[in-house]
Amino acid sequence: MSSPLSLFVPEPEVRPGGVPDFTNVHIAPAGEVGRPPVDIDPSEIRDMAFSIIRVLNRDGEAAGPWAGLLSDEQLIEGLHHMMLLRALDARMIIAQRQGKTSFYIQHLGEEAVSTAFRKVLKKGDMNFPTYRQAGLLIAEDYPLEAMINQIYANSEDPLKGRQLPTLYSVREQGFFTLSGNLATQFPQAVGWAMASAIKGETNIAAGWIGDGSTAESDFHAALVFASTFKAPVVLNVVNNQWAISTFQGIARGGVGTFAARGLGYGIPSLRVDGNDYLAVHAVGLWAAERARRNLGPTLIEYVTYRAGAHSTSDDPSAYRPKEESAAWPLGDPVIRLKAHLIAKGVWSESRHVQLEAEMLDTVIAAQKAAEANGTMHSDNRPSARDMFEGVYAEMPPHLRRQRQESGV
Amino acid sequence: MTIDILMPALSPTMEEGTLSKWLKNEGDTIASGDVLAEIETDKATMEVEAVDEGVLGKIVVPAGSENVKVNAVIGVILEEGESASDIGAPKAAEAAPSAAPKAAEADAKSDAAAPVPAAPKAPVANTAVSDPSIPEGTEMVPTTVREALRDAMAEEMRADDDVFVMGEEVAEYQGAYKITQGLLAEFGDRRVVDTPITEHGFAGLGVGASMAGLKPIVEFMTFNFAMQAIDQIVNSAAKTLYMSGGQMGAPIVFRGPNGAAARVGAQHSQCYAAWYSHIPGLKVVMPYSAADAKGLLKAAIRDPNPIIFLENEILYGQTFDVPKIDDFVLPIGKARIHKAGADVTIVSFGIGMTYALKAIEELSKLGIDVELIDLRTIRPMDLPTVIESVKKTGRLVTVEEGFPQSSVGTEIATRVQQQAFDYLDAPIITIAGKDVPMPYAANLEKLALPNVAEIIEAVKAVTYTA
Repeated sequence: MSSPLSLFVPEPEVRPGGVPDFTNVHIAPAGEVGRPPVDIDPSEIRDMAFSIIRVLNRDGEAAGPWAGLLSDEQLIEGLHHMMLLRALDARMIIAQRQGKTSFYIQHLGEEAVSTAFRKVLKKGDMNFPTYRQAGLLIAEDYPLEAMINQIYANSEDPLKGRQLPTLYSVREQGFFTLSGNLATQFPQAVGWAMASAIKGETNIAAGWIGDGSTAESDFHAALVFASTFKAPVVLNVVNNQWAISTFQGIARGGVGTFAARGLGYGIPSLRVDGNDYLAVHAVGLWAAERARRNLGPTLIEYVTYRAGAHSTSDDPSAYRPKEESAAWPLGDPVIRLKAHLIAKGVWSESRHVQLEAEMLDTVIAAQKAAEANGTMHSDNRPSARDMFEGVYAEMPPHLRRQRQESGV
Repeated sequence: MTIDILMPALSPTMEEGTLSKWLKNEGDTIASGDVLAEIETDKATMEVEAVDEGVLGKIVVPAGSENVKVNAVIGVILEEGESASDIGAPKAAEAAPSAAPKAAEADAKSDAAAPVPAAPKAPVANTAVSDPSIPEGTEMVPTTVREALRDAMAEEMRADDDVFVMGEEVAEYQGAYKITQGLLAEFGDRRVVDTPITEHGFAGLGVGASMAGLKPIVEFMTFNFAMQAIDQIVNSAAKTLYMSGGQMGAPIVFRGPNGAAARVGAQHSQCYAAWYSHIPGLKVVMPYSAADAKGLLKAAIRDPNPIIFLENEILYGQTFDVPKIDDFVLPIGKARIHKAGADVTIVSFGIGMTYALKAIEELSKLGIDVELIDLRTIRPMDLPTVIESVKKTGRLVTVEEGFPQSSVGTEIATRVQQQAFDYLDAPIITIAGKDVPMPYAANLEKLALPNVAEIIEAVKAVTYTA
């Protein structure tokens, strides 16, 4: 007689009211993981999917073989971008509470991932981002005012009031139109990269996905094609620990890592400290180089923590302790880069405070300019005539008629 | 000038919430960014942050107040040099969290309409309707659609150990829209199961579990996300009984919010009523009221066939009377005459009913007596009820939020002209959304959806009323 079967349900270590405990999160010391040549046989670096590449140590020093790739000016620029993104998020959350927009998604704690990665791409490369990679635009100096115009859905909204706030679309800057549907980006990035190869071009693609969405079939289909055809693509998994209220263990089970998902497909798979601007940049560069040299795809897992709410409609205190964010062992990306620059003697507390104020002023100025074009409930709205455009490349007669009947 | 602190909206669909506590007292100095108060809805708790600086002059809505409307004045900030006497009294009164202002508004409206003698005083309600299963004198309990759905699931889960619910965030978080509130606590994680984010995956899992003899309720966070699960729903759930020669079928309920909510854009605002109603093997239910939601969901869970149960985010918070009856089950495939009338038939379902109800209120003031049919089930469709009505009125208007081509309305129109052509006194008008993907901006969204004026115009047209 065999005993009856029972169902296993993974549970996070701690729930609201409990004490945050990350002792199970293994953090390798900075500088410990080696930097193999980009043309290494993937089977020789399988252990990298279970370790974590870090550059900045506790004392703010850059250590190990992944350090030394960025100049002081580039690092200060990186700090600049992260702080600008953080300031934009803070103002836009207030704007949502004031009723100027209906919805916003912030990046708090994850600013390093998208801002640093943008710097490894070249003009003509294409990102297929999720809604938490606005740093890809910020780090390319895309105008804040245009972003806010869309967030407000006002008369100057570049997407004409058709798309949600934060779901940007900037083809010219390598930012593919952002779909609200999860994981669709991954096979699309692989397809775009394969097309670049078919056409004999030199541009590479970057796909983006969250920890929770790796459960989607799209993730696995993307890996099949990327590995089979050695597509020139970087496959980025941002593991911020939480898929809205669902802890990452639900998508992953109790064992392994998200990076390790790539091993079964024979794809070089690296884990990196996502709150370490230098490490994100160095690993991204390594992966981009592989793609550019026709060596095929790389899977990168960025280990980070979503310090804020998922969106303005979410309340994290319902599912995780409030102190959990502060207990996160990889710290805060802005504070860590700041400490590094101070340790190098090229930055100071006072310059930091000054830059913080400067970034806030920059956002406020852009916000004022955008507000002159209207906010969600003001009279300056996207044109109702435009609503009927763009359904098809050419407007069919029945839509023309419908528009006339609508009197717009 | 004093500055009003307004009740903020946490989400586009939030209409009211509870002001749980004030963190500042009257007379306290306030800086921009200070947390003033905490508010909560059924979905979340949030802090109200000060936008402006000054002194908290008056707390208008005390801590613990429930049902505070969004944009109601909850407090007043005094700027430098102002005192509490600068606070305008009428404003404060207006903000009181009660239903009184609404009632007053409604009275004012019916006063304005006084010259029309035929106008009924009471709001159009279920009075003319009798679902056969409700005995006289049954106690009616005001219930939200959200609670009704939860109650239906809980009752069926108590009665049948084979029933379980799964989906994203249904257990710990109690559902993205709090439909599964309390179910984890009562039934445990064996029967209330959080899933990874893969609609295609867990829809398939549900089909498999149903074939193993369980009765799964699969919650989609919205039916928009079920697009990637449509192969499991259409090609497996709907066809397996047929293809297996009757050996195995899929007794499963796929449920979740459907259609447009508010400002969630092109990919998250689609109505799937017409899509699924195309498929033999599926039953498609789309209730409007809480009573129908409860009675029909219970029936859906018991049904041996795969059921598509289409809910609506905007309706979740609306309250209706639900009869207090042990085991209140309604028949799938039966329309309900929501209001009897003589001049014209309007057929609608789900959220479409809200437009239709507003329109018939206006139309009654013009002396047009509408018969309103709530279809409730899209497939199988209760055409006899529609035909009987059209035979009486000779005129038909359909109302839905979906796209116009191959809509539920065009299906009804085709069948009515086939089966009741001789009774029609005017062409049938089908009202639907515009033939464009749903835009995000509020003004465009409103324009893309059907509106009350369109329905009134359509009814006037089919009744040849100037």
